Amino acid sequence: MDAIDLLIVVARVVVVFALLLVVTLLNVWLERKIVADMQNRIGPDRAGPFGILQTLADGMKLFFKEQVTPRKVELGVYLLAPFLAVIPALLTFMVVPWGRPIEIAGRVVPLQGTDLNIGLLFILAMSSVGVYAVVMAGWSSGSKYPLLGGVRATAQAISYEAAMGLSMVAVVMFTATAGDGGTLSLAEIVARQQGSWGDALGIPALGWIPRWNLFPELVAFGIFLIAAVAETNRAPFDLVEAEQELVGGFHTEYSGIRFAMFFLAEYINIFTMSAIATTLFLGGWNGPTWEGTVPAVVSAVLPTVWFLVKTYAIILVFFWVRATLPRLRYDQLMQLGWKRLIPGAFVWLILSTVVIGIRQFGWPWT
Amino acid sequence: MSAYFQDYLTVGVFAALGVMLVMMMLGVAAVLRPHHPNRTKLMPYECGVDPVGSGWDQSHVRYYIFGLLFVIFDVEAIFVFPWAIMAEELGTFGLVAIIAFILTLLEGLAYAVKKGVLRWE
Amino acid sequence: MVELVLFVITAVAALAGAVTVVTARNPVHSAMGLFGTLFSLAVIYVVNLAHLVAAVQVIVYAGAVMTLFLFVIMLIGVDKAEDTSEHLPRQRTLVAVLGAAVGLVVVALIVSGRFVWVPAGGGDVEIPNGTVQAVAEPLFTTWILAFEVTALLLTIAAAGAIALAYFKRGLIREEHE
Repeated sequence: MDAIDLLIVVARVVVVFALLLVVTLLNVWLERKIVADMQNRIGPDRAGPFGILQTLADGMKLFFKEQVTPRKVELGVYLLAPFLAVIPALLTFMVVPWGRPIEIAGRVVPLQGTDLNIGLLFILAMSSVGVYAVVMAGWSSGSKYPLLGGVRATAQAISYEAAMGLSMVAVVMFTATAGDGGTLSLAEIVARQQGSWGDALGIPALGWIPRWNLFPELVAFGIFLIAAVAETNRAPFDLVEAEQELVGGFHTEYSGIRFAMFFLAEYINIFTMSAIATTLFLGGWNGPTWEGTVPAVVSAVLPTVWFLVKTYAIILVFFWVRATLPRLRYDQLMQLGWKRLIPGAFVWLILSTVVIGIRQFGWPWT
Repeated sequence: MSAYFQDYLTVGVFAALGVMLVMMMLGVAAVLRPHHPNRTKLMPYECGVDPVGSGWDQSHVRYYIFGLLFVIFDVEAIFVFPWAIMAEELGTFGLVAIIAFILTLLEGLAYAVKKGVLRWE
Repeated sequence: MVELVLFVITAVAALAGAVTVVTARNPVHSAMGLFGTLFSLAVIYVVNLAHLVAAVQVIVYAGAVMTLFLFVIMLIGVDKAEDTSEHLPRQRTLVAVLGAAVGLVVVALIVSGRFVWVPAGGGDVEIPNGTVQAVAEPLFTTWILAFEVTALLLTIAAAGAIALAYFKRGLIREEHE
């Protein structure tokens, strides 16, 4: 590893970092604006053109707000919780490829934080660490609402994490049996989705359908999306901060910039979950680049554009769902998780297994 | 240094950067913000009335059941991942093995549903 | 060199966590200590090129099992005073003797030169497309029986927990009223 390699590593880290922060600022504004439009309101319109600087202004304001640290908190755990919220949220995006590898100074640089061999498991690991922030914040506040919110949030997160893991397994299995061997690396999973289903199946009439995992794994995609909304504690699964019953949930006793940390983590998680859904099911950065007909720079940038377009399509679904659906009751939430999603994921897994078995080894009676 | 270590080093650098970001934001805020605590302000928040009893209380036993079921399905997902990757090489034998594995665990979930512990009343 | 530095840091962190588990007065602090220990172990696994084991360590132990522990702690109620009376007579003496014996063995190992601080190997070995395949192969051939028995074990655990925590609906409702 020489100086240029090191420089590239640093550049990748810094770019991912900047991307996450900018995107978060943008998404908070976008959500307010879109939900406002859906509800026939105007939304933020004072700070900057179309109110686009509103988030920045709100963030600045939080720096000047007093931080109330209630008397009864368990100080060590209370101070640690914001760190545990933000850092796993940032780290998860590390393994998501956000553009086609480009060539700089004779080196191929993957546009990805880092391509871990166990990428998918890394995502699961980070999301299970992220649960701690919630339970620690809730418990250490020494107050009833945060405690209730924290315990609820943990139970919710683990219920849907199981379903999410199983829907990821379905994708991995599908990728592994397509002929090139199995992988958990997200860069590889994206690379396997290049081309079209017409070429893959040898049916020219289907040449216009991109070879995304979405089509064969539609059920897994549905399960993943629902689980993703629940994992990020978004409406209609925002039981964690149900104002009417729990005040602010686990962060009731957090104020000022410490509260902002939880807020930041939530919005980073929304973006990351959408990016992961894009990577696993929507072909990641794959898309037409019109190589040769447009300047080389444009076709190098286009994959990143496709990635962002797809990710934002899913984020818009998040916002849309929030503006449309009322909040579930807690028992309904748990029922949906354990009696619908997890068994559904299981049935889907067994079905895919059987289909793969038949494709590989023929019908049992022949 | 191998590519392997370089990958995980990047993760480490990124985590360190994250810690620095949070510390910086908390630090800047610590300089800028006012600090006027008083007794009422430092009370645990209970919608404006004085807090009753302790903030810590026992939670319901059903959370424990969900926790345990989660351990089971988490372990299961972890075991299915290696099979999913090698699905082709492992062939029919692996297929039968994994279906037996999944069905055994589904039995646990079915038992929980049957006993009604997943019903939230 | 990098491995040695990483090992010392993570080993110290793991030990510190373990000490916290035993000494902390508050069960939640103990749980946090255990989390620290488990996480440090995961880093040690990564350094030793066993990244699948590291991921499993974080997902299953630091994630699922620790969440279960926290639920148990919350179930008991964190502010309940702990019963600190000792029910095992002479346990302090026993522990002291055992500890001294272990210490003696360690010292003897170091003095006799049989103890290697950092085993050779690791470092710059290139991994052939990940250890996941390497684990899957024997898991589904040689150790298939153990694998299926694991499923059975987990199911029994679930049945046991449900039987223990099973509550009569009527009773619960009465309590709430």
